[in-house]
Amino acid sequence: MNSRIAPTAALACAVLFAGHAADSQIHPMTGEKLAENQTFVYRLLDEPSSIDPQIVEDVSGSDIVRDLFEGLLNQDASGNLVPGVATHWEVNASKDRYTFFLRDNAKWSNGEPVVAGDFVFAWRRAVDPETASPYAWFMELMSIENAHAIIKGEMPPESLGILALDEFTLEVRLSLPLPYFAQMVTHATTFPVPAKIIAAHGDQWTRPGNIVSNGAFVLREHVPGERSVRVRNRHYWDARNSIIERVEALVINDDSLALTRYFAGELDRTAVPAGQFPKLKTEYPDEAISFPRLCTYYYIINMSEKGPLPLKDARVRQALSLAIDRSIITKSILAGGQTDAYSFTPGATAGFEPPLLASGLMSQAERDRIARDLFAEAGFGDENPLEFELSYNTSEGHRKIAVAIGQMWKQKLGVKTALRNMEWKTFLESRSNLDFDVARSGWCGDYNEASTFLDLMTTESGYNDSRYSNEEVDRLMAEAKLLDDPTANYTRVEEIISTDAPIIPIYHYAGVFMLGSDVGGWPIGNVEQTWYSKDLYKIAE
Amino acid sequence: MLAYAARRTLLAAPTLLVLIVLCYVLMYFSPGGPFTAERPLPPQVLANIEAKYGLDKPLHAQIWDYVVAIVTRFDFGPSFVYKDRSVNEIIAQGFPVTLTYGSISFVAATLVGVSLGVLAAVRHNTLLDFIAVGATFSAQALPNFVMAPILVIVFTWQLGWLPGGGWSGGKWEYIVMPVIALSTSFMASIARITRSSMLEVLNSGFIRTARARGISPAAILWRHAMKPAMLPVVSYLGPVFVAMITGSVLVDLYFSTGGIGLSYVNAALNRDYAVMLGVTILYGSLTIAFNLLVDLLYAWLDPRIRY
Amino acid sequence: MIYGKARVERIADRIADDGFAKGRSLWRDAAGRFFRNRAATGALALLGFIIAFSTAGSLLAVWSNEEIDWNVLADISGAGQPSFANGHFFGVDSLGRDLFARTLQATRTSLAVGIIGASVAVFIGTFYGAVAGFAGGFLDNLMMRAVDVLIAVPSMFIVILLMVMFERSLVMLFVGIGVVSWLDMARIVRGQTLSLKNREFVEAAHATGVNWLGIVFRHIAPNLLGVVVVYATLLVPSIILVESFISFLGLGVQEPDTSLGSLISEGSSTIIFGTLWQFAAPIAFFLALIASLYFIGDGLRDALDPKDF
Repeated sequence: MNSRIAPTAALACAVLFAGHAADSQIHPMTGEKLAENQTFVYRLLDEPSSIDPQIVEDVSGSDIVRDLFEGLLNQDASGNLVPGVATHWEVNASKDRYTFFLRDNAKWSNGEPVVAGDFVFAWRRAVDPETASPYAWFMELMSIENAHAIIKGEMPPESLGILALDEFTLEVRLSLPLPYFAQMVTHATTFPVPAKIIAAHGDQWTRPGNIVSNGAFVLREHVPGERSVRVRNRHYWDARNSIIERVEALVINDDSLALTRYFAGELDRTAVPAGQFPKLKTEYPDEAISFPRLCTYYYIINMSEKGPLPLKDARVRQALSLAIDRSIITKSILAGGQTDAYSFTPGATAGFEPPLLASGLMSQAERDRIARDLFAEAGFGDENPLEFELSYNTSEGHRKIAVAIGQMWKQKLGVKTALRNMEWKTFLESRSNLDFDVARSGWCGDYNEASTFLDLMTTESGYNDSRYSNEEVDRLMAEAKLLDDPTANYTRVEEIISTDAPIIPIYHYAGVFMLGSDVGGWPIGNVEQTWYSKDLYKIAE
Repeated sequence: MLAYAARRTLLAAPTLLVLIVLCYVLMYFSPGGPFTAERPLPPQVLANIEAKYGLDKPLHAQIWDYVVAIVTRFDFGPSFVYKDRSVNEIIAQGFPVTLTYGSISFVAATLVGVSLGVLAAVRHNTLLDFIAVGATFSAQALPNFVMAPILVIVFTWQLGWLPGGGWSGGKWEYIVMPVIALSTSFMASIARITRSSMLEVLNSGFIRTARARGISPAAILWRHAMKPAMLPVVSYLGPVFVAMITGSVLVDLYFSTGGIGLSYVNAALNRDYAVMLGVTILYGSLTIAFNLLVDLLYAWLDPRIRY
Repeated sequence: MIYGKARVERIADRIADDGFAKGRSLWRDAAGRFFRNRAATGALALLGFIIAFSTAGSLLAVWSNEEIDWNVLADISGAGQPSFANGHFFGVDSLGRDLFARTLQATRTSLAVGIIGASVAVFIGTFYGAVAGFAGGFLDNLMMRAVDVLIAVPSMFIVILLMVMFERSLVMLFVGIGVVSWLDMARIVRGQTLSLKNREFVEAAHATGVNWLGIVFRHIAPNLLGVVVVYATLLVPSIILVESFISFLGLGVQEPDTSLGSLISEGSSTIIFGTLWQFAAPIAFFLALIASLYFIGDGLRDALDPKDF
């Protein structure tokens, strides 16, 4: 099977951009007049822990890495695959061997060519226990041959199933067939890194001055806790088609302060604090934007031996789920275009339409009635109130949702919920030690396919923090890997989860932010929010 | 007095040692570690990293290694979270920033506070005095985390005069708001102490005698009253300086100055033990140094004190 | 931070000099001076009012501090304004909870944090200082060097550390704040104990076989009452300020309870959205509380250490 990417949009782009000089004043595709100053300034919540592709773990760090480095494939504004360092790829019939063909004009920022060996080095580095990458699990998820054993330290990194057939041909061997493998190489962990530079500078190779990268931008300045500045990379193979000259990321901890500074014209992009979207949308219709994301916010219920006994009763769990009025959370508290969640998989997932579950079709009054009945059946009520703790990590949004849901449970079911707020690390520790009753959780798809969510419900999954175990779910998910169309299995799993309620889906995320009306090219249609500064431009006002 | 200073300096070493042990033990027993992540590392990998940073050793060995590295190489170790930077570098980058706006705030708070306090005392029970007392009470009670957002709303958004944050290598327009936010409440405290101590001195016997001898009020104030009136102020200034730099947590957090306070809070949240300890030791040393400095200054101002 | 330590120490000297017998008249004099101080009595009345209001005011409240008013939740900046019609006298917070009830509860919490924190500090400080002073010699030396060491600990950092690393609770907050505030007290008390322990009444008690603990509590502690009162009054507002800073960092009391610091920090972050009342109500209570405590503290100090003006 030979699947050439370069869908129509990318082709059209390449044709139209041809002959376009960087100093032109008109955007070649949209015809908009471009601003003199092509600087894009956006806000970071926190200092990213690293901009090393194999180390980076946070979203804001990945955003920077995608600008500095380029992987085999990129995504376009709708999330489709477009050529990156690789122009196209081939996959064998059994879907477990992928061959990528690299362009010969891709260069590092020191002028040296990007070759297949750079990817081999980077991928081995990602699984090498010496590197201790917090994202090594992603390579495991990609099912690359021997990745699991190497990460566990049982095999040398050289045994990884990646091979440079020649300078510009890369072969990847998988341990099991993976139809969506190509989607995964847009992830920062798989980006190439310069072996010589790392050898020369060690851990300090990512500093400005040391760093050599192959993306559309190079790192110019980095003041931890204050700002990081990247500027156009003249050696980038597609440099003449990118418009933005300079990108500045400013660290601002406080949402409201960031918004104030956005109003003062210091930022082109910033987050919208929870609940303020409708007001901002009215006042700034061109700037406040919201679109669906590939993430689900949910509560997990501790079903392990350490969990409280009453929560082992499916009726109780279901009642708790039904009694939550999701529309209050999505419409009144967050109010940023989030959608009510009754299924675990978000509706934005490609190729799978989550089933309309019975609970989602009822009115809230009906749900409340059923919840009360189930609760009474299980022997709880105002006379015999259920008591448990609800854990969440420190954040304005988590706090508000926890308080509101606690009140809903109290008013409808007489549940006494004690709120337990913990710092992130403490929270993670207590969650993984199963030291909780009900805890908040969130999951974003690692790739755009329903199994990235539903696999969490299998007994074996490392992220199944409820410790939910259902043989039928395990069987259905294992089977789905081998099916051409696994939709029926996914639907059934969603139905089972809805009845068993090991988790309580609450809402599906939306990307909500203020974006200057003079910023063009933001990929609103990309549900994974994989954005590249090279695709952006500033419009003259 | 030299001997006294030497003795105090000698005491600093064990003090810092106790500080290190205290912090290390607290951190050792706190839940979560620098490598606790949402998607846990495989046990083998975790063991590898912990070995790399020496975290697999028993507590006393860890502390011993840490102290030895500091004493022999002045090396505070690598940051666990920011892999491309050492603690020394993080401090070298952040501390000058904090020190810059901290010192400016300190000088501003002292100058304005003392002048205001003296003025109020000299014009005791006039309208000016009442205004000064009222203003200082409210300024002292107004927390700086309230000042900061109001400053940004007024000066950045509404007036557009000053940038809402950042540092830019220390250009003046980036320093103004951090200094105001940091110094106001200390300025008020200093003004109050100065006022009450100056009043006391002005009403004391030797000033009355001076007045009776016909010395001009200005000469009385400058030549006779100022020095004794400054005594309580000076003893307050040492802690103030340290408190200002500690209070910089807010400024760093809010104005994104890139200063050391932010590193501390982030390090505590991320369990970046090395950075936390480094910053704590730095502040501990500063506290000791300033307490000593104040004591020496005090001795110079008040000749009755002998050590 | 406490300022004017020198004067607190002088008050201690004065009371000690007066001795036990004359103590009563000293207190009566001081009370007279305090009540002649208009600012201080005004502040005392204000504080009394705040305490009464924050406890009895709940009777007026239509809503509890944790109930969400679902009707106004969707439109906080409009329907959530202060109004007598729907019982939200101070408006609602960003989650639709009654700000009147929350401000009252926050005032109680902040006061409790201040008072309990100060009591912990004063108790530990007095006990520690008295023991050190009374024991003397090697133990005294050891105990006071420990205080020297602890004074060099950046206290705010330790509080942050405690709140970040361990689970949020009021107890942890008291421990964190109390533990770092007792040191000055310990120094003052030790000094006083040293000068008291050779007095006749102490030696007499010693001779009649009262053990050292009994002497500390029955004979030395009462003589320290003046210092303790002044110090505690000045400590309460400073602890309330520390707590409010901790709350600003998001490390304060656990929901659904709140403190003035949390309310103020929430309110100040929503000023730009036009919900000024969320800031105004708590900051008014906060300023009134802190200012009245300051004035009372100053008044007490002046009353116990009279000057000629």
